[in-house]
Amino acid sequence: MSDTSTQIPMVDYLVLGDDPHLQATKCTSCGSAYFDRRNACASCFGTEFSTEPVATEGIVTAFSIVSFAAPGVPTPFVAAVIDCDGTQVRGNIINCEPDADTVSLGMAVKLATYSLGADSAGTEAIGFGFEPA
Amino acid sequence: MASDDIFILGINMTKFGKHPDKDALDLGAEAVMAALSDGGVTMADMGILAAGNLLGSPGFGQSLQKQVGQTGIPVYNVANACATGATALRTVVMAIKAGECDMGLAVGVEKLAGAGLLGGGGKPKSDDDTWTPNGRYGAVASTDGRIGTQTMPGVFAQVGMEYGHKYGGTSFELFAKISEKNHNHSVLNPLAAYSKSMSLEQIMGDLMIAYPNTRPMCSANCDGAAAAVLVSGEKLKSLSDEQQKRAVKIRASVLTSDPWQDGCQILPDVNTLTRMAATQAYEAASVGPEDLDLVELHDCFATAELVHYDNLMLCDEGGAVDFFESGKPFRDGERPVNVSGGLQSKGHPISATGIANVWEVCHHLRGEAGDRQIDGARIGLAHVIGLGSACGVHILESAAA
Repeated sequence: MSDTSTQIPMVDYLVLGDDPHLQATKCTSCGSAYFDRRNACASCFGTEFSTEPVATEGIVTAFSIVSFAAPGVPTPFVAAVIDCDGTQVRGNIINCEPDADTVSLGMAVKLATYSLGADSAGTEAIGFGFEPA
Repeated sequence: MASDDIFILGINMTKFGKHPDKDALDLGAEAVMAALSDGGVTMADMGILAAGNLLGSPGFGQSLQKQVGQTGIPVYNVANACATGATALRTVVMAIKAGECDMGLAVGVEKLAGAGLLGGGGKPKSDDDTWTPNGRYGAVASTDGRIGTQTMPGVFAQVGMEYGHKYGGTSFELFAKISEKNHNHSVLNPLAAYSKSMSLEQIMGDLMIAYPNTRPMCSANCDGAAAAVLVSGEKLKSLSDEQQKRAVKIRASVLTSDPWQDGCQILPDVNTLTRMAATQAYEAASVGPEDLDLVELHDCFATAELVHYDNLMLCDEGGAVDFFESGKPFRDGERPVNVSGGLQSKGHPISATGIANVWEVCHHLRGEAGDRQIDGARIGLAHVIGLGSACGVHILESAAA
């Protein structure tokens, strides 16, 4: 990877560096995974959490090819749910044609990062998606 | 009739569609006055008002009272996304059940014509000048369109696709056929926003919004209102024979929210809470899905209708595709679903929907549905779901039963 000191992840659960991956907040008693902070686990009400890496490979369990979105959102894009070794992740399918001949249910994908561009201070934002594995 | 039963005494829905000359108060008042008249009662008889107008101003119920009669009764302004109307109804049911009053009014109204995309839609998305982490995910930029979609057509497209991944058998064409059924049903509904039949070719060839949902496979944003007057069984005994004969019994009134499910943190899980609500409703009503003469379910998108066949247990688990292809949910089938035309053609003025679905079922149970009457209908089910989520299920029975 390039120098990460001037990079910022698009969301705080994306970890940059040599081995980019997502991380989840996991309940230490039941293992439920969350991507934001929780006061108590929504499943078992436990209040202890740890931060765990999420598998970078998974399969597509649902998708939609979105042709109409809010102004400013480039279309078409593929919105999907990816099962990453038991953790459900929301993300776009990228680096392939956004059509129903290319994207399919059950398709194997892996995490990929891309640049959202640099801001006025020269900091580059890095986003993530999933590409065909 | 048992004293602790609760009945719908009067109910009305306005024409759904574009009402540029009427605001939410006009539409709400129109439905309320008609529901009161339908029940043969006045505002003086009402002990509670529950009102929903999701996109309107706070205090909508009180403003509505100024249009139809201010009597000092408690007003509950309710909001539960697309289940707002069902929540208003449920609020009145609870008040009567608790013995706080013996009659009450529920109303839902929305002005939604031309609203466009709901969810992530609306405001243009633009990024800030500097990447600054914001919100619960520390996002430096808008995530809509970058990390999945927040727009409803795309969210519900994934709901249908997820079902296909789990059980197989789904396709763009299958979802379009479900939409074709509802558009063809709508031809007989004069109150529907759109009452034109559409061919499969037209539906599949229309503007793609979020694959596999084309424009006619999405619920129609429109204006509309619906209102219902509810009465206790004890009070109903003191009313006229005619009022008793047309009263519709609420055999079950259930509202649920999402129980924890692994995936529901990522993609709304509209399945588990619907199945829970249906299970509770069938148990409360002592009926099963095989007893239903008609079903109005929340087909906010063609992809959603499929999963709710399964969630409402109209078919075996995993059998929704076969259920549809067998012809059962068509109006001449064994278990007619959305004979009103459903949200895809009747329209979906959010807060009105949960009462309008009940109106449709009542209309058939009273034998007053005209050309689209399901002959001999005695028991029906109305289902709505609001993302977040809230699910309302009402099972209704004709008084003559």
